[in-house]
Amino acid sequence: MDLQQTIQQLINGLGLGSIYALIALGYTMVYGVLRFINFAHSDVLMLGAFAALFLAPLVEKAFGPQSVFGAIMIIVFAAGICACIGMLIEFLAYRPLRKRPKLTVLITAIGVSLFIEFTCQNKAVFGAATRSFPKLLPEKQFHFGNLVIGSTDILVPLVTLLLLGVMWVIVQKTRVGTAMRAVSFNQQAASLMGVPVNRIISFTFGLGSALAAIAGILYSMKAPGIEPLMGVQPGLRAFIAAVVGGIGNLPGAVIGGLLIGLLETFAGGIPGLSSYRDAIAFGILILILLFKPAGLLGRATIEKV
Amino acid sequence: MPFSGAKRWLFIGIAIAVLASLSSGGMNRYYLGITIDVGIAIILAVSLNLINGHTGQFSLGHAGFMAVGGYFAAWLSLQMGENAKMLFPLSLLAGGILAAVVGLVVGIPSLRLRGDYLAIVTLGFGEIIRVIAQNTEAIGAASGLKGIPKFTNLGWTFGLAAVTIYAITSLVNSTYGRGFLAVHDDEIAAESSGINTVRYKVTAFVTGAFFAGIAGGLYAHHKQFLSPTGFDWLKSVEIVVMVILGGMGRTVGVIAAAILLTVLPELLRDFAEYRMIVYALLIIFLMLVRPGGLFTLNLKRRSSAA
Repeated sequence: MDLQQTIQQLINGLGLGSIYALIALGYTMVYGVLRFINFAHSDVLMLGAFAALFLAPLVEKAFGPQSVFGAIMIIVFAAGICACIGMLIEFLAYRPLRKRPKLTVLITAIGVSLFIEFTCQNKAVFGAATRSFPKLLPEKQFHFGNLVIGSTDILVPLVTLLLLGVMWVIVQKTRVGTAMRAVSFNQQAASLMGVPVNRIISFTFGLGSALAAIAGILYSMKAPGIEPLMGVQPGLRAFIAAVVGGIGNLPGAVIGGLLIGLLETFAGGIPGLSSYRDAIAFGILILILLFKPAGLLGRATIEKV
Repeated sequence: MPFSGAKRWLFIGIAIAVLASLSSGGMNRYYLGITIDVGIAIILAVSLNLINGHTGQFSLGHAGFMAVGGYFAAWLSLQMGENAKMLFPLSLLAGGILAAVVGLVVGIPSLRLRGDYLAIVTLGFGEIIRVIAQNTEAIGAASGLKGIPKFTNLGWTFGLAAVTIYAITSLVNSTYGRGFLAVHDDEIAAESSGINTVRYKVTAFVTGAFFAGIAGGLYAHHKQFLSPTGFDWLKSVEIVVMVILGGMGRTVGVIAAAILLTVLPELLRDFAEYRMIVYALLIIFLMLVRPGGLFTLNLKRRSSAA
């Protein structure tokens, strides 16, 4: 592999990795507050992509095709819809189980995920066929010698970076963020201090789901075929990214996402390894958990009895 | 003799299975096929119940163990040519042993993981096994393994189901087996009372994987065709649903659930597209309303339902 190819792979890997990072942010936030894996996160991502698919013609009618303002409108509305869906899922399926063992909640989350996937696959809803995702923005390609960089390859990492910044500000600098950290630290103590725990958890779910929706739209811009199971693979990898980075840790999620994206892209370029792509993320996960069970940036926690 | 009653049931079970097998010649092939499916589902559900139910370790990779056993047994049968029928039990055993070895490999990293981490790692192992099967030419790669001889009959299926039930119930009911329940109820407390939780978890994984491997071998010689996509994580979820529906750690309930969930989709063929939706709703409903399982009739509640 020469230098040019390496740089090309690096750019592709960063593009893919930043999408994983964005999804991983959602996993990590929910995990940080509630200590369980929201399996349905990857399906909210899919719903975000479908929301954009249905919103696109409406917006196009109002603002003309492929306008920047229109694209932002679509993203904001899809994120809003998915935030509501996320809060609804939390309210209906997870809230009644808050005092139950963690495994009960985990199994419920798997149930919710399967329910969304297979309901959407039904003919009466979206159908199982792959649909083509509309072009929301005009696409340009920049050539540097033999190097080709698509505009989405630049857009995606920029959006991720921006959202990471926004999340950091929300969690570290705002009142809601303080409350989120308090709930994450100790739910009971937080509620005694007057933190409305239910509302904070609801907000966290909404925020995480909005991130998933945006990630879904960016993912569909890169790979414009969408179907009801499209969230499963990126969702699993993003979850792994969150664990690799140290679950509950925002910068860790981004580092993990980029790592998985880069490794996957580079492995895809090596002839013998490319067919094992699907197993690579899991291999990394198992290695990391063996040597550093808390993840790269995570701190080991001691379980209290 | 502590298990004389159970042993009697084991022999009765095997005898009925063999008799049924001898008289199954006139049976409708379709019904015969479903009956064998039921037997295989029972082995899978009861073996997963040891890991998920009795020991409380949430494994999502049971289909992976089944794939290992199934592929290996089928491959052996294809290699042996004419003697394959005579050596069928040996191929099954070999498949089970290889699956148990893989179970050991999964069990060791799982020593330091709990709950949701373990679920993800087992899911990962299942996926890795699927990807390996998809890329290995010797076992047909993505197009699958074809032309496996049809050796599985009622006798083998239900005989081995009886053995599985017997082995796992007597393991759990033995003095040694109390440790599984201790790990299930509270890992930290079990560890501090001197129970080697690591060894119990690994034992559960290895035993569960062994029987899943045997079920895989039976499945391979029943369907006569194996494809890597048949062992994806939805297959694991199906087995998990049987265990949850039956009530985790309740063998009779799990067997009933395995029968129900194998027969019901056949009866509801016209609604096949709703099957997974119903499964998903069933999981959510059970977790919200009846975490102890649908068939749990005694009212003595366990403090931790998972």
